[in-house]
Amino acid sequence: MFTAKEYVMPQTLDEAYKLLMARKNNYILGGCAWLRMGKRRINTAIDLSEAGLDFINETEDSIEIGAMTSYRTVETSEVLKVHFNGVLCDCIANIIGTQFRNTVTVGGSIYARFGFSDFLTPLLALDTYVVLYKEGVIPLSDFMYQPYKKDILAKIIIKKDSRHLSYQMLRNSHADFPIVNVAVSKSGSDYRVCIGARPAKAVTAPKTSEFLSHTNFENIESVTKKAGEIMAEEVKFMTNTKASAKYRQTIARTLLKRAVMEVGIC
Amino acid sequence: MRYVSRPVRKVDGMALVTGKPLYTNDLAPKECLIVLALRSPHAYARIKEIDVTKAKAVKGVECVLTYKDTPGVRYTNAGQTYPEFSPYDRLILDEYVRYVGDEVAIVAATHEKAALQALKMIKVEYEILKPVLDYKKAIDNEVIVHDYEDYFHHFDFLGIDPKRNIVVDGEETFGDLAAEFKNSDIIIEREYENQAQEQCMMETFRTYTYLDHNDRLVVVTSTQVPFHVRRTMARALKIPQSKIRVIKPRIGGGFGAKQTVVSEYYPALVTLKTGKPAKMIYTRKETFSCSNSRHQMNIKVKLGADLEGHIKVIELTTLSNQGAYGEHGPTTIGLSGHKSIPLYNQAKAYRFKYTGVYTNTMPAAAFRGYGATQGQFALESAVNELALELKMDPTKLREINMCRFGQLMKAYYNEPLTSSALDRCIVRGKEMINWNKKYPRVEISPTKVRAVGMAISMQGSGISNVDTAGAEIKLNDDGFYTLKIGATDMGTGCDTTMTQIAAETLLAEMDQFIIAGVDTDISPFDPGSYASSTTYVTGMAVYNAAYDLKNKIIFEGAKMIDKEKYEDSIESFNPKKFHFDGNHVIEIVTGEKVAISDIAIHIAGSSTGTYLNGIGFYSSPTSPPPLMAGFVEIELDKETGKYEVLDYVGVVDCGTIINTNLVRVQTEGGIGQGIGLAMYEDVIYNDKGRMLTNSFMQYKIPNRLDVGKIRVDFESSYEPSGPYGAKSIGEIVVNTPAPAIADALRNACGIHMRSLPMTPEKVLMAIMEK
Amino acid sequence: MLIHIIVNGEKQKFHCSPDDMLLDVLRDAGYKSVKCGCDTTNCGLCTVWFEGKPVLSCSLPAARANNKHVTTLEGVREEAKVFGSLLVDEGADQCGFCSPGLIMNVIAMKKELGQATEGDIKHYLAGNLCRCTGYMSQLRAVKKYMGVEE
Repeated sequence: MFTAKEYVMPQTLDEAYKLLMARKNNYILGGCAWLRMGKRRINTAIDLSEAGLDFINETEDSIEIGAMTSYRTVETSEVLKVHFNGVLCDCIANIIGTQFRNTVTVGGSIYARFGFSDFLTPLLALDTYVVLYKEGVIPLSDFMYQPYKKDILAKIIIKKDSRHLSYQMLRNSHADFPIVNVAVSKSGSDYRVCIGARPAKAVTAPKTSEFLSHTNFENIESVTKKAGEIMAEEVKFMTNTKASAKYRQTIARTLLKRAVMEVGIC
Repeated sequence: MRYVSRPVRKVDGMALVTGKPLYTNDLAPKECLIVLALRSPHAYARIKEIDVTKAKAVKGVECVLTYKDTPGVRYTNAGQTYPEFSPYDRLILDEYVRYVGDEVAIVAATHEKAALQALKMIKVEYEILKPVLDYKKAIDNEVIVHDYEDYFHHFDFLGIDPKRNIVVDGEETFGDLAAEFKNSDIIIEREYENQAQEQCMMETFRTYTYLDHNDRLVVVTSTQVPFHVRRTMARALKIPQSKIRVIKPRIGGGFGAKQTVVSEYYPALVTLKTGKPAKMIYTRKETFSCSNSRHQMNIKVKLGADLEGHIKVIELTTLSNQGAYGEHGPTTIGLSGHKSIPLYNQAKAYRFKYTGVYTNTMPAAAFRGYGATQGQFALESAVNELALELKMDPTKLREINMCRFGQLMKAYYNEPLTSSALDRCIVRGKEMINWNKKYPRVEISPTKVRAVGMAISMQGSGISNVDTAGAEIKLNDDGFYTLKIGATDMGTGCDTTMTQIAAETLLAEMDQFIIAGVDTDISPFDPGSYASSTTYVTGMAVYNAAYDLKNKIIFEGAKMIDKEKYEDSIESFNPKKFHFDGNHVIEIVTGEKVAISDIAIHIAGSSTGTYLNGIGFYSSPTSPPPLMAGFVEIELDKETGKYEVLDYVGVVDCGTIINTNLVRVQTEGGIGQGIGLAMYEDVIYNDKGRMLTNSFMQYKIPNRLDVGKIRVDFESSYEPSGPYGAKSIGEIVVNTPAPAIADALRNACGIHMRSLPMTPEKVLMAIMEK
Repeated sequence: MLIHIIVNGEKQKFHCSPDDMLLDVLRDAGYKSVKCGCDTTNCGLCTVWFEGKPVLSCSLPAARANNKHVTTLEGVREEAKVFGSLLVDEGADQCGFCSPGLIMNVIAMKKELGQATEGDIKHYLAGNLCRCTGYMSQLRAVKKYMGVEE
C-alpha cells in the first residue's frame, strides 16, 4: 500500500507540472490499480482527473487519446472502432473486467511501459507518438526504451494512415497476462511487426518487418515460416513462471503467421 | 414431498443479496485492536534474537508478542474429531520457522498504520537453516523439519516418523498381486502428478475476539469447525474449554481451508493479554501463502487387465507433500486409494501404498476432495490409457469394471455399496454430450480438433464411525420451531436443507422455523461442515430430532385431548392412535383434535405443561459414496497447445436430492474448481521456497469466460441409511474434470497428460514429442 | 483531509488520509456491503458506482471522489431485491461474499447495455470472480433479469 502526505487536483497541466517538479516524491496518479499494490512513499499525490485529459479526439490526420481516458472508454470508442480494424478496441476489451477498465487509464499504463501490456504492442505497430508536457512529442518507439524521466504524459497521438492492423496473443486463461503477443500492421506493402510480453516489453522487429515489406507473397506458408525464423533470431524471449522462452518463441512464430495472414486479407 | 427434493430458496438468501452486514468483519466492533503478523522470510530458520522494544514504542501499539510470550503447548491445527489423527507439531509462535510466511511475531495496535509501522521495527536475527523443498527428496533427508522431543501423536499405527520427515506411511494389500499381474494380458504402469491447489474462497481468513462480562474469551470467526476451534484453542492457550465461546457468523466460503484453525489464536492471545477486543483479517496474500492448500501428490499406478477389458489388479502408490506442518496429513492421503480403487471393486487384487512427507513449504490440509481428487486423477487416467490401448470406448471399459449396487467394497473399509445409480449417470451423461457422435474426436481443420473425454468418481458421506452430529428442535410457545445444529453453513445452504428435513418430518412450513446460529455455548455438538457430512450425518440427526419432537407433540396433544386415557409415560404411549398433520394432533378413533398452537401455549403457560425439545443424534457406521460421471468436450489448437472447454456435463448420484437448486449449484461450482485444477491453477515457489503465486493476479481461478458451458443432471438412487434417502454432494463434484479433460486431450491427438495443470505449453510439448 | 462524497444520493463528510482508498473509507463509514476479496484488483468484490459507472473501489483514491457521486448496494436496495430475488430463486446466492459486487455490476450492465446477448453478459461481468457457483446459476438469473431467452 502506498502512502501520501497530500492530495491535489490541479485544473491545468501547467499547474500539475509545477506540482510534480516541486519535490522529488511528488507523483502523478493514474488509475491507481498498480500503485496500491506497491510501497511507494509519495509526498504530494497529483490527481489529473480535473485537468481535461479524458478525451478521444479525431482530427484530420490523427486520433488523440488523453492520458486520463479509461480503457473502457477506449474499448467502446466509436472513433477507434472504425480505424485500424477496430484492433485498438479489441486488444484491451478482455482485460480483467469492466470495472477494472473503468478504473485504469491510458496514461498510467503507457507511462509504466509494462511488458505484459496488450495495448502497447499494437500501438507500437502504428505510427504512434506520446506527448509529454516538458519533452514534447516523441515517437512511442523512442519512449518505450528511454530511461525514466519525471514528466507528465498528456496524450498519445496515432496518425491516421489507413494501416491494417492485427493483434494476436495467447493467454493461459481469460484474465491472465498474455504469454506473448504480436501486432502486425500493413500499409500498402509496408509491414511493421511488433512482439510484446516476451515477457519483456514490446519491441519492433526491424529485420522481420523489412523482410515482409520486400518479399513476394506467392507462397504464404514459406513466407510466414521465413519471417518466423528471422523474428526468432532478432527478438529475445525469456522464461518466467508463466511460460518458457522456448514456448514463447514457438507461439510467437505461430501468432506472427496468423497476424500476417489476417492483415494480408484486408 | 413438501420440501425435500424441491428448489427451496435459501433462508438467508435475501439478506445476502441485499448486502446485510453479517460476516465477521462486518460484525467486529470498531474498537478492535488490529492484529498483524510478522512472517518469516526464510523457508527454515531459528530465531536467534528478537528485539521488539522499538516496535512496542510505536504510538498506538498495545502489545507485541513473540514465542517467548506464548504457552509452549503443542497441538494440531487440524479440525478433526478428538483424538485427532494429525500430529501435535504446532506452537502458536515458535523459535523455529518452517516455511516462508510462518509466523514470527504478533503486533496489536489501535490502527493499521501503527501495526504496520511496528512490524517494520521488530528486529530479528535468524540462524538460516538449509530447507528441504523437494518432496521427492524429503524422506531421510539430512534436513529434518520437526526435530524436537515433544512431538506428539495419538496413534501408533499411522507410520509417523518425524526424524525421517514422514508424517504418515502405510500399506494395504488384498489378494495375490503377483498372480494377477502374471495373468494380465496388458499392464499399464504410469506416474501421475498434481500441483497444490488453493481453495480461494472469496472471504479470507479472519477472526475477532473479546472478553465478555464474565471474562470468557469469545471468538467470532470464519470457520467450518467451531467445536474443534474451541478445543484446540483451549489446549494451545492453556485455558479451559469452558472459558471459550466460538461463534460462527455468515461465512464467505471455505472449501476445506477453514477446516483448520488458522487466524484464531493471534487475536485471542492479544485479547487475553490486553483485555481488549482484537481482530485479525488475513490479506489475500496471506491467505494464499500462509495458510494451507490441497496436497501436491505423485501417484504411481500399475494396472493389469485382460484383452476383454477386465481389470484384474490395481497397484497405487502415493507420495504426498505435507509441507511444514502435519495438519490433515495422515488422513488426506488415505482417500487417494480408498476413494479411487473401490471404483473398480471387481479387481481381484490391489495394493495401496502411501507416504506423506514434511517439507519447508506451506502446509497442505483440507480442500474439497481431500485426496480422492488426486487419487482419481491418477487412477481414472490410467484406466483411460488402458481404454486407448485396448482400443475400447472408455465408457464401455467403465461398464465392464465399475462397482455396482450391492457389492461389498473391499478397498473401501469393507463397506457395502448400498445405493448406486452410477450406470445411469454414465448413460445420461453420454446422451447429454452426444458422446457417440463425438467420440473420440472431430477434426475441424488441419490445426483444430474437437474431442471428448470422461471420468467417473466417488466420494464419501461423512466419516464412518467418527462423525457424530446432534440436533435439537424446540417447540416455542407461539407454535413455531427453533432448529439448533452445529453444522456450519459456509454458503452451501445447510441451514436451509436442514430446515427442509425438519419441516418435512414435522409436516410444517419452512417459515415456521428459526434456525439458530452456530455458537458453541448453545449448539449441539457437530464436527462441522467437512467430509461431506452435513446432509448425511447432520441431516439424519435433524430427522431424528424432528421425529422425536413429533412423538412428544403427539403425546402432549393426546394428554390434552384426554388426560386420563393417556397419562402413561411416553415410553408406553402408542402414538399410532393419533394422526399428526403438522397442524393438529387428532385422535383417530374419536376425531378429537388439538391444534399445535394450543399445544404450544399449553406447554409453556400451564403448570401441567412441559418443555418440548426434540433431540436427535446420528453417527453412521458407513459412509455411503455419492457417485458421478463427468464428460467434457474440448477444442484444441494443435499449433499452440491451447484448448478451450466447450461443454462440461456432470451427472451425479447423491441419493435423494434434498434441495434441487443447491445440488445443481454445488455441482456446477465443483466442476468450475475442477476445471481450474485441470487447466491453470498452480502453486509455484522460487528456489528459496518463497511462494510466487500469492495473489489472484498470479494464481488464476476460472472466470466466467473460462468455464464454457457447464450442464448438470442427477440420477437418484435411494440410500436407505440417509435422511429421506440422501447421500452427500459437497466434495465429489470437483473430482471429474481433471481426468476427463486429460482424456479429451488423449482422444484429440493421442497425447498423455500426466501432470497437472495441463497448460498449453505442456500440451504443445506433448504434441511435438509425439 | 476533509472531503465530501455524495453516497447513495446523500452528501456526507469524510475525514480521510490522502492515501485512503474509497473501499476502506466506505466500509469505515458503515457501508458494509462493499467487500474486499483480494489485494490486486482481480476479484470485483469491491465494485461500486462512481458517477454511475462500475469501478473497483479498492483502486479509487477516496479523495478522487470529492464532490462526486458514489453508489453502493445500500443505495440501490429495491433494484437489488429484484435481481437478488432471481439469484435466490436459482440458489446462486451461495456464500454471498461476491454478491454485492456482482449485483452492482449487473445493475450497471442493465443500465448501460439495455439489451444484451449471453456473450455480452459474460464479457461485462468477467471481472466478478466467484468460487462457489461455477457462474452458471448466476448467468441463468442474469438472463432472466435482462430478458434474454434461454
